[in-house]
Amino acid sequence: MASEPQGGLTEYITHHLTHFKPVRMSPEGFWSVHIDSLTVSLVLGVIFCFWFWSKARKATSGVPSKGQAFVEIILEFVDGQVKDVFHGDRRFLGPLALTVFVWVFLMNAMDLLPVDLLPWITHQFGIGHFRSVPTADLNLTFAMSITVLLLVIFYSFKAKGLGGFTHELFTAPFGAHPALWIPNFVLNIVELLSKPVSLSMRLFGNMYAGELVFMLIAGLFSAGSWILYGMGIVGYAVWGIFHILIISIQAFIFMVLTIVYISMAHDHH
Amino acid sequence: MELAAHLAQVQGFTAIALGLIIGFGALGACIGIGIMGSKFLEAAARQPELVPLLQGRMFLLAGLIDAAFLIGVALAMFFAFTNPLLTAVKAVAGG
Repeated sequence: MASEPQGGLTEYITHHLTHFKPVRMSPEGFWSVHIDSLTVSLVLGVIFCFWFWSKARKATSGVPSKGQAFVEIILEFVDGQVKDVFHGDRRFLGPLALTVFVWVFLMNAMDLLPVDLLPWITHQFGIGHFRSVPTADLNLTFAMSITVLLLVIFYSFKAKGLGGFTHELFTAPFGAHPALWIPNFVLNIVELLSKPVSLSMRLFGNMYAGELVFMLIAGLFSAGSWILYGMGIVGYAVWGIFHILIISIQAFIFMVLTIVYISMAHDHH
Repeated sequence: MELAAHLAQVQGFTAIALGLIIGFGALGACIGIGIMGSKFLEAAARQPELVPLLQGRMFLLAGLIDAAFLIGVALAMFFAFTNPLLTAVKAVAGG
Protein backbone atom coordinates (compact mmCIF):
# COMPACT_ATOMS: atom_id res chain seq x y z
CA MET A 1 0.00 0.00 0.00
CA ALA A 2 1.09 3.66 0.24
CA SER A 3 4.16 4.82 2.08
CA GLU A 4 3.42 8.58 1.99
CA PRO A 5 -0.25 9.57 1.94
CA GLN A 6 -0.65 12.07 -0.89
CA GLY A 7 1.01 10.60 -3.95
CA GLY A 8 0.50 7.10 -2.64
CA LEU A 9 -3.23 7.55 -2.04
CA THR A 10 -3.91 8.73 -5.57
CA GLU A 11 -1.85 5.91 -6.99
CA TYR A 12 -3.60 3.39 -4.73
CA ILE A 13 -6.98 4.59 -5.91
CA THR A 14 -6.13 4.75 -9.61
CA HIS A 15 -4.59 1.29 -9.32
CA HIS A 16 -7.81 0.00 -7.81
CA LEU A 17 -9.92 1.72 -10.44
CA THR A 18 -8.20 -0.02 -13.38
CA HIS A 19 -9.96 -2.95 -14.95
CA PHE A 20 -8.39 -6.27 -15.80
CA LYS A 21 -8.08 -6.18 -19.57
CA PRO A 22 -6.33 -8.91 -21.62
CA VAL A 23 -3.32 -7.03 -22.95
CA ARG A 24 -2.85 -8.71 -26.28
CA MET A 25 -6.46 -9.07 -27.35
CA SER A 26 -8.31 -6.05 -26.07
CA PRO A 27 -7.97 -2.49 -27.44
CA GLU A 28 -8.23 0.59 -25.24
CA GLY A 29 -11.21 2.86 -24.99
CA PHE A 30 -14.70 2.02 -26.19
CA TRP A 31 -14.07 -1.54 -27.36
CA SER A 32 -12.03 -2.70 -24.35
CA VAL A 33 -13.11 -5.97 -22.78
CA HIS A 34 -13.25 -6.10 -18.99
CA ILE A 35 -12.56 -9.70 -18.07
CA ASP A 36 -12.99 -9.04 -14.35
CA SER A 37 -16.56 -7.75 -14.66
CA LEU A 38 -17.51 -10.53 -17.07
CA THR A 39 -16.09 -13.26 -14.85
CA VAL A 40 -17.58 -12.04 -11.59
CA SER A 41 -21.02 -11.42 -13.11
CA LEU A 42 -21.00 -14.86 -14.77
CA VAL A 43 -19.98 -16.61 -11.55
CA LEU A 44 -22.65 -14.77 -9.57
CA GLY A 45 -25.28 -15.57 -12.20
CA VAL A 46 -24.40 -19.25 -12.05
CA ILE A 47 -24.52 -19.18 -8.24
CA PHE A 48 -27.95 -17.53 -8.30
CA CYS A 49 -29.39 -19.96 -10.86
CA PHE A 50 -27.94 -23.01 -9.12
CA TRP A 51 -29.16 -21.87 -5.70
CA PHE A 52 -32.73 -21.24 -6.80
CA TRP A 53 -32.86 -24.36 -8.97
CA SER A 54 -31.66 -26.60 -6.14
CA LYS A 55 -34.29 -25.18 -3.79
CA ALA A 56 -37.02 -25.59 -6.39
CA ARG A 57 -36.01 -29.15 -7.12
CA LYS A 58 -36.46 -30.26 -3.51
CA ALA A 59 -39.51 -28.08 -2.84
CA THR A 60 -42.13 -29.69 -0.59
CA SER A 61 -45.68 -28.53 -0.03
CA GLY A 62 -45.44 -29.57 3.61
CA VAL A 63 -43.37 -27.67 6.16
CA PRO A 64 -40.60 -25.97 4.16
CA SER A 65 -36.93 -25.92 5.11
CA LYS A 66 -35.32 -22.57 5.94
CA GLY A 67 -33.62 -22.32 2.56
CA GLN A 68 -36.82 -23.03 0.71
CA ALA A 69 -38.71 -20.54 2.88
CA PHE A 70 -36.14 -17.84 2.10
CA VAL A 71 -36.37 -18.46 -1.65
CA GLU A 72 -40.16 -18.41 -1.39
CA ILE A 73 -40.07 -15.06 0.42
CA ILE A 74 -37.97 -13.53 -2.36
CA LEU A 75 -40.20 -15.06 -5.02
CA GLU A 76 -43.40 -13.78 -3.42
CA PHE A 77 -41.91 -10.33 -2.97
CA VAL A 78 -40.97 -10.06 -6.65
CA ASP A 79 -44.25 -11.59 -7.77
CA GLY A 80 -46.14 -9.08 -5.63
CA GLN A 81 -44.33 -6.22 -7.32
CA VAL A 82 -45.07 -7.63 -10.78
CA LYS A 83 -48.73 -8.21 -9.93
CA ASP A 84 -49.13 -4.62 -8.70
CA VAL A 85 -48.00 -3.12 -11.97
CA PHE A 86 -48.45 -5.57 -14.84
CA HIS A 87 -51.87 -6.86 -15.82
CA GLY A 88 -50.97 -9.45 -18.40
CA ASP A 89 -49.34 -12.87 -18.59
CA ARG A 90 -46.73 -12.94 -15.81
CA ARG A 91 -44.90 -16.04 -16.95
CA PHE A 92 -42.16 -14.08 -18.71
CA LEU A 93 -42.01 -10.90 -16.70
CA GLY A 94 -41.93 -12.63 -13.32
CA PRO A 95 -38.72 -14.61 -13.90
CA LEU A 96 -37.17 -11.59 -15.65
CA ALA A 97 -37.90 -9.40 -12.64
CA LEU A 98 -36.58 -12.08 -10.28
CA THR A 99 -33.37 -12.42 -12.28
CA VAL A 100 -32.84 -8.67 -12.44
CA PHE A 101 -33.45 -8.22 -8.72
CA VAL A 102 -31.35 -11.09 -7.33
CA TRP A 103 -28.52 -10.81 -9.88
CA VAL A 104 -28.14 -7.03 -9.48
CA PHE A 105 -28.33 -7.43 -5.70
CA LEU A 106 -25.59 -10.09 -5.68
CA MET A 107 -23.37 -8.03 -7.98
CA ASN A 108 -23.89 -4.94 -5.83
CA ALA A 109 -23.13 -6.96 -2.71
CA MET A 110 -19.62 -7.62 -4.03
CA ASP A 111 -18.97 -4.03 -2.96
CA LEU A 112 -19.25 -5.06 0.70
CA LEU A 113 -16.13 -7.22 0.53
CA PRO A 114 -12.95 -5.46 1.68
CA VAL A 115 -11.49 -3.31 -1.09
CA ASP A 116 -8.18 -5.14 -1.22
CA LEU A 117 -9.49 -8.70 -0.87
CA LEU A 118 -10.20 -9.83 -4.43
CA PRO A 119 -7.34 -7.82 -5.95
CA TRP A 120 -4.97 -9.41 -3.42
CA ILE A 121 -6.25 -12.92 -4.18
CA THR A 122 -5.92 -12.45 -7.92
CA HIS A 123 -2.50 -10.86 -7.42
CA GLN A 124 -1.31 -14.19 -6.02
CA PHE A 125 -2.20 -15.65 -9.42
CA GLY A 126 -0.33 -12.94 -11.28
CA ILE A 127 -3.18 -10.65 -12.32
CA GLY A 128 -2.24 -7.01 -11.83
CA HIS A 129 -5.56 -5.18 -11.63
CA PHE A 130 -8.98 -6.50 -10.66
CA ARG A 131 -12.21 -4.68 -10.02
CA SER A 132 -14.59 -6.84 -8.06
CA VAL A 133 -17.90 -4.98 -8.47
CA PRO A 134 -19.41 -5.69 -11.91
CA THR A 135 -22.16 -3.08 -11.58
CA ALA A 136 -19.53 -0.38 -11.04
CA ASP A 137 -18.57 -1.05 -14.67
CA LEU A 138 -20.51 1.11 -17.13
CA ASN A 139 -20.41 -1.66 -19.74
CA LEU A 140 -22.42 -4.04 -17.58
CA THR A 141 -25.12 -1.62 -16.48
CA PHE A 142 -25.59 -0.42 -20.04
CA ALA A 143 -25.76 -4.05 -21.22
CA MET A 144 -28.63 -4.71 -18.84
CA SER A 145 -30.49 -1.50 -19.62
CA ILE A 146 -30.11 -1.91 -23.40
CA THR A 147 -31.55 -5.40 -23.00
CA VAL A 148 -34.50 -3.84 -21.17
CA LEU A 149 -34.84 -1.30 -24.02
CA LEU A 150 -34.90 -4.09 -26.61
CA LEU A 151 -37.57 -5.88 -24.58
CA VAL A 152 -39.61 -2.66 -24.38
CA ILE A 153 -39.45 -2.25 -28.18
CA PHE A 154 -40.29 -5.93 -28.70
CA TYR A 155 -43.32 -5.73 -26.41
CA SER A 156 -44.44 -2.48 -28.03
CA PHE A 157 -44.47 -4.21 -31.40
CA LYS A 158 -46.19 -7.27 -29.95
CA ALA A 159 -48.94 -5.29 -28.22
CA LYS A 160 -49.64 -2.67 -30.86
CA GLY A 161 -48.47 -4.28 -34.11
CA LEU A 162 -46.03 -2.72 -36.56
CA GLY A 163 -48.50 -0.18 -37.92
CA GLY A 164 -49.90 0.69 -34.53
CA PHE A 165 -46.46 1.28 -33.08
CA THR A 166 -45.31 3.61 -35.86
CA HIS A 167 -48.65 5.40 -35.76
CA GLU A 168 -48.20 6.03 -32.07
CA LEU A 169 -44.58 7.06 -32.58
CA PHE A 170 -45.67 9.91 -34.86
CA THR A 171 -48.99 10.96 -33.38
CA ALA A 172 -48.66 10.72 -29.60
CA PRO A 173 -48.83 12.88 -27.51
CA PHE A 174 -49.64 16.06 -29.41
CA GLY A 175 -52.02 14.92 -32.12
CA ALA A 176 -52.38 13.47 -35.61
CA HIS A 177 -51.85 16.67 -37.64
CA PRO A 178 -48.93 16.19 -40.09
CA ALA A 179 -47.18 19.36 -38.87
CA LEU A 180 -46.89 17.74 -35.43
CA TRP A 181 -45.22 14.55 -36.71
CA ILE A 182 -41.66 15.84 -36.16
CA PRO A 183 -42.20 17.13 -32.57
CA ASN A 184 -44.06 13.93 -31.67
CA PHE A 185 -41.28 11.78 -33.10
CA VAL A 186 -38.53 13.73 -31.34
CA LEU A 187 -40.32 13.57 -28.02
CA ASN A 188 -41.00 9.85 -28.34
CA ILE A 189 -37.39 9.08 -29.29
CA VAL A 190 -36.12 11.14 -26.35
CA GLU A 191 -38.50 9.31 -24.02
CA LEU A 192 -37.48 5.93 -25.42
CA LEU A 193 -33.73 6.62 -25.16
CA SER A 194 -33.80 8.32 -21.77
CA LYS A 195 -35.10 5.14 -20.11
CA PRO A 196 -32.04 2.89 -20.57
CA VAL A 197 -29.60 5.78 -20.06
CA SER A 198 -31.12 6.82 -16.74
CA LEU A 199 -31.53 3.22 -15.62
CA SER A 200 -27.91 2.30 -16.19
CA MET A 201 -26.34 5.59 -15.07
CA ARG A 202 -28.28 5.51 -11.81
CA LEU A 203 -26.98 2.05 -10.91
CA PHE A 204 -23.46 2.83 -12.13
CA GLY A 205 -23.28 6.15 -10.28
CA ASN A 206 -24.40 4.64 -6.99
CA MET A 207 -22.01 1.70 -7.16
CA TYR A 208 -19.00 3.66 -8.48
CA ALA A 209 -19.37 6.39 -5.86
CA GLY A 210 -19.80 3.78 -3.12
CA GLU A 211 -16.73 1.87 -4.21
CA LEU A 212 -14.71 5.08 -4.40
CA VAL A 213 -15.69 6.18 -0.89
CA PHE A 214 -14.64 2.72 0.36
CA MET A 215 -11.24 3.21 -1.31
CA LEU A 216 -10.83 6.71 0.10
CA ILE A 217 -11.61 5.47 3.62
CA ALA A 218 -9.25 2.55 3.11
CA GLY A 219 -6.61 5.12 2.19
CA LEU A 220 -6.98 6.52 5.71
CA PHE A 221 -5.53 3.28 7.07
CA SER A 222 -2.11 4.14 5.75
CA ALA A 223 -2.25 7.87 6.52
CA GLY A 224 0.07 7.58 9.51
CA SER A 225 -1.36 8.33 12.94
CA TRP A 226 -3.36 5.97 15.16
CA ILE A 227 -6.24 8.42 15.39
CA LEU A 228 -6.73 8.31 11.63
CA TYR A 229 -6.49 4.53 11.71
CA GLY A 230 -9.29 4.35 14.30
CA MET A 231 -11.36 6.86 12.35
CA GLY A 232 -10.77 4.72 9.29
CA ILE A 233 -12.20 1.63 10.97
CA VAL A 234 -15.27 3.50 12.25
CA GLY A 235 -15.80 5.24 8.94
CA TYR A 236 -15.47 2.01 6.96
CA ALA A 237 -18.03 0.26 9.19
CA VAL A 238 -20.52 3.14 9.08
CA TRP A 239 -20.26 3.55 5.32
CA GLY A 240 -20.57 -0.23 4.89
CA ILE A 241 -23.80 -0.33 6.88
CA PHE A 242 -25.20 2.62 4.91
CA HIS A 243 -24.13 0.94 1.70
CA ILE A 244 -26.14 -2.21 2.51
CA LEU A 245 -29.24 -0.02 2.35
CA ILE A 246 -28.07 1.60 -0.89
CA ILE A 247 -27.42 -1.67 -2.74
CA SER A 248 -30.80 -3.08 -1.73
CA ILE A 249 -32.61 0.07 -2.83
CA GLN A 250 -30.75 0.19 -6.16
CA ALA A 251 -31.51 -3.46 -6.96
CA PHE A 252 -35.17 -2.89 -6.03
CA ILE A 253 -35.36 0.26 -8.18
CA PHE A 254 -33.83 -1.49 -11.19
CA MET A 255 -36.37 -4.30 -10.89
CA VAL A 256 -39.38 -2.01 -10.39
CA LEU A 257 -38.41 0.24 -13.28
CA THR A 258 -37.88 -2.77 -15.56
CA ILE A 259 -41.37 -4.01 -14.69
CA VAL A 260 -42.90 -0.54 -15.13
CA TYR A 261 -41.25 0.11 -18.52
CA ILE A 262 -42.25 -3.28 -19.92
CA SER A 263 -45.80 -2.98 -18.64
CA MET A 264 -46.07 0.55 -20.09
CA ALA A 265 -44.99 -0.88 -23.44
CA HIS A 266 -47.81 -3.39 -23.17
CA ASP A 267 -50.52 -0.78 -22.76
CA HIS A 268 -52.85 0.04 -25.61
CA HIS A 269 -54.13 3.54 -26.08
CA MET B 1 7.51 26.40 -16.33
CA GLU B 2 4.82 27.01 -18.93
CA LEU B 3 3.48 23.46 -18.95
CA ALA B 4 3.19 23.28 -15.17
CA ALA B 5 1.30 26.57 -15.11
CA HIS B 6 -1.18 25.35 -17.73
CA LEU B 7 -1.68 22.00 -15.99
CA ALA B 8 -2.17 23.77 -12.67
CA GLN B 9 -4.76 26.07 -14.18
CA VAL B 10 -6.75 23.19 -15.69
CA GLN B 11 -6.58 21.23 -12.45
CA GLY B 12 -7.61 24.28 -10.41
CA PHE B 13 -10.70 24.92 -12.49
CA THR B 14 -11.51 21.21 -12.43
CA ALA B 15 -11.34 21.20 -8.64
CA ILE B 16 -13.74 24.16 -8.41
CA ALA B 17 -16.09 22.45 -10.87
CA LEU B 18 -16.07 19.24 -8.82
CA GLY B 19 -16.98 21.17 -5.72
CA LEU B 20 -19.89 22.82 -7.52
CA ILE B 21 -21.13 19.52 -8.98
CA ILE B 22 -21.13 17.74 -5.64
CA GLY B 23 -22.40 20.75 -3.69
CA PHE B 24 -25.36 21.61 -5.89
CA GLY B 25 -26.23 17.96 -6.37
CA ALA B 26 -26.28 17.38 -2.62
CA LEU B 27 -28.38 20.52 -2.16
CA GLY B 28 -31.03 19.30 -4.60
CA ALA B 29 -31.06 15.74 -3.32
CA CYS B 30 -31.33 16.69 0.34
CA ILE B 31 -34.13 19.21 -0.22
CA GLY B 32 -35.98 16.63 -2.31
CA ILE B 33 -35.65 13.90 0.30
CA GLY B 34 -36.68 16.37 3.01
CA ILE B 35 -39.89 17.36 1.20
CA MET B 36 -40.70 13.72 0.40
CA GLY B 37 -40.02 12.59 3.96
CA SER B 38 -42.21 15.29 5.45
CA LYS B 39 -45.10 14.36 3.16
CA PHE B 40 -44.63 10.71 4.12
CA LEU B 41 -44.77 11.54 7.82
CA GLU B 42 -47.89 13.63 7.34
CA ALA B 43 -49.58 10.80 5.45
CA ALA B 44 -48.47 8.26 8.07
CA ALA B 45 -49.94 10.39 10.83
CA ARG B 46 -53.18 10.83 8.92
CA GLN B 47 -53.60 7.16 7.89
CA PRO B 48 -51.35 4.80 9.90
CA GLU B 49 -52.75 1.70 8.19
CA LEU B 50 -51.13 2.74 4.90
CA VAL B 51 -47.61 2.94 6.35
CA PRO B 52 -46.22 -0.36 4.89
CA LEU B 53 -47.42 0.53 1.38
CA LEU B 54 -46.13 4.10 1.61
CA GLN B 55 -42.82 3.00 3.06
CA GLY B 56 -42.08 0.81 0.02
CA ARG B 57 -42.92 3.69 -2.31
CA MET B 58 -40.79 6.04 -0.20
CA PHE B 59 -37.66 3.93 -0.59
CA LEU B 60 -38.28 3.74 -4.32
CA LEU B 61 -38.55 7.51 -4.52
CA ALA B 62 -35.46 7.99 -2.34
CA GLY B 63 -33.42 5.97 -4.81
CA LEU B 64 -34.81 7.92 -7.76
CA ILE B 65 -34.17 11.30 -6.12
CA ASP B 66 -30.58 10.35 -5.25
CA ALA B 67 -29.92 9.13 -8.78
CA ALA B 68 -28.90 12.40 -10.46
CA PHE B 69 -26.81 13.44 -7.46
CA LEU B 70 -24.88 10.16 -7.40
CA ILE B 71 -24.35 10.23 -11.14
CA GLY B 72 -22.84 13.67 -10.59
CA VAL B 73 -20.64 12.33 -7.78
CA ALA B 74 -19.46 9.44 -9.95
CA LEU B 75 -18.56 11.83 -12.78
CA ALA B 76 -16.83 14.19 -10.35
CA MET B 77 -14.78 11.35 -8.89
CA PHE B 78 -13.84 10.22 -12.39
CA PHE B 79 -12.54 13.72 -13.15
CA ALA B 80 -10.72 13.85 -9.83
CA PHE B 81 -8.54 10.85 -10.54
CA THR B 82 -8.16 10.67 -14.31
CA ASN B 83 -8.79 14.14 -15.66
CA PRO B 84 -9.50 13.87 -19.41
CA LEU B 85 -9.24 17.65 -19.80
CA LEU B 86 -5.49 17.35 -19.26
CA THR B 87 -4.96 15.30 -22.40
CA ALA B 88 -5.33 18.36 -24.64
CA VAL B 89 -2.67 20.23 -22.66
CA LYS B 90 -0.36 17.23 -22.65
CA ALA B 91 -0.88 16.68 -26.39
CA VAL B 92 0.16 20.26 -27.14
CA ALA B 93 3.13 19.98 -24.81
CA GLY B 94 4.31 16.59 -25.99
CA GLY B 95 3.70 17.03 -29.68
